[in-house]
Amino acid sequence: MITALSRIIKYGIQIFWRNGWVSVATILVMVLALLVFHNLIIFNVLTGEVITLLNDKIDISVYFKNTATEDNILQLQDALHSLVEVKNVEYISQAKALELFRERHKDDEVISKSLEVLDKNPLLASLNVTAKDPRDYSVIASYLDDKNLSEVVEKVTYNQNRLVIDRLSNMVGTAEKAGLIATIILAITATLVTFNTIRLAIYSSKDEIGIMRLVGASNMFINGPHIVNGVIYGIVAGVISLIIMVPVILLAEPYVSVLLPEINLTAYFSANFMKFLSYQLLFGIFLGAASGVLAVRRYLKL
Amino acid sequence: MIAFQNVSKAYANNSIAIEDIDFKVTPGEFVSIVGKSGAGKSTLLRILIGEEKPSKGRVFFGAAEVNKLAPKELPRIRRQIGMIFQDFKLLDTKSAYENVAFALEVDGHAQDDIKDLATQVLDIVGLRDKRHNFPHELSGGEKQRVAIARAMVHRPAVLIADEPTGSLDRINADEIVKLLVKINELGTTVLLATHNDQVVNSLSRRVITMIDGRIVRDEAKGKYVLA
Repeated sequence: MITALSRIIKYGIQIFWRNGWVSVATILVMVLALLVFHNLIIFNVLTGEVITLLNDKIDISVYFKNTATEDNILQLQDALHSLVEVKNVEYISQAKALELFRERHKDDEVISKSLEVLDKNPLLASLNVTAKDPRDYSVIASYLDDKNLSEVVEKVTYNQNRLVIDRLSNMVGTAEKAGLIATIILAITATLVTFNTIRLAIYSSKDEIGIMRLVGASNMFINGPHIVNGVIYGIVAGVISLIIMVPVILLAEPYVSVLLPEINLTAYFSANFMKFLSYQLLFGIFLGAASGVLAVRRYLKL
Repeated sequence: MIAFQNVSKAYANNSIAIEDIDFKVTPGEFVSIVGKSGAGKSTLLRILIGEEKPSKGRVFFGAAEVNKLAPKELPRIRRQIGMIFQDFKLLDTKSAYENVAFALEVDGHAQDDIKDLATQVLDIVGLRDKRHNFPHELSGGEKQRVAIARAMVHRPAVLIADEPTGSLDRINADEIVKLLVKINELGTTVLLATHNDQVVNSLSRRVITMIDGRIVRDEAKGKYVLA
């Protein structure tokens, strides 16, 4: 079995070399498909990070009237905690709010002096609510809209970042769909080109195939080398596309770090290199093997 | 060993290649199938190795009914049948040795076995010294001997020779026929399809005569007569 397999691979490699420039052209088309696929993965990662970063900045702030007691506030905090949608509720007392305000404006002399003039704390106590999922804010907001709470709640601010994030998510979704469509179109093109290359290889090996049949070679032995040939295209294209991605990542890194300082593209690429290599190889091998199987089924009826 | 039972083959355009063919071949026989071009000799041989399916009738090779075998079972039968042709069907990019070894490679033989068997069989057909020559460096007779070596390397039970002397001169044709007789004497059944009357008449063996796809004569020690 191992001997047979090694010979099938050997014949597959022979066909690959024999095809010369046709093999090169096939690999180039496959590289294009794989590069788009690779970029789609990176795009997904980047946009995912951006959305996560923005999501972390959303919260709901509930401001309490001066008449509200701390007990009222803590009761509402407990009630919010019990909601499954709520991830965290932070209580900021009037004193804490003033302290934070002072800290934030310590360099602003006018504000500092104005605060000194005031005889009482003008800021309101509040609860900052964070949801487990950004989509849950509307549920929390409607919970806080309760009439019974109006006696103690001054106002509820539903951070307007939500609108920006929704729009961004929609744009990312559209871009992802476009990328996916481009990948599918290029994958089909690559499959067709590979399919045709293998068809040519089958025609040019006609004599050899005839003799193989004549001497009683098994179907696996006749079909196998052509499928191996397709797989070789996939492997070579996978490796080449990954090699091309290295300088692309290095060139893109400074621009990405300006837009998204939290993301280190090179580090991410290095850390996930093996994963990327596996994806590229698997996708390439899948395209090559599928083309090989299709061509063999169509043109090598045994 | 080989049995054709009322076998017919018609093509889509209603042309009939062979009709109602019925004969048996016993192990060790040397049978010449004669007839003009288009008489159906090659169709009959292609049906025997499962390259074509008959429209009617049954074909047996040993216990196996060839026309009922699944495609994946045919290689097993083909390994028991050696075949040679008028155009030799050698691979031009491989040497004589490599052409013979190729038949063993696709059958999964170990490299050491291949070396021994290929050299041995090339020795038998008298081409040991020319084993590294490529087909274009060999004469017609030598090419046919390489083809015989390749066909025999599996030690098949049957050797089918389809017009093996068709593209050879008289001297080379005689040598090939002598080689076929020698192979037959060593126990291999030989089926020779030819329209070379001198070859057939010199053999004095069983002759099946075909005209327009039908068997018109089947004689134990026949002569080439197409009337």
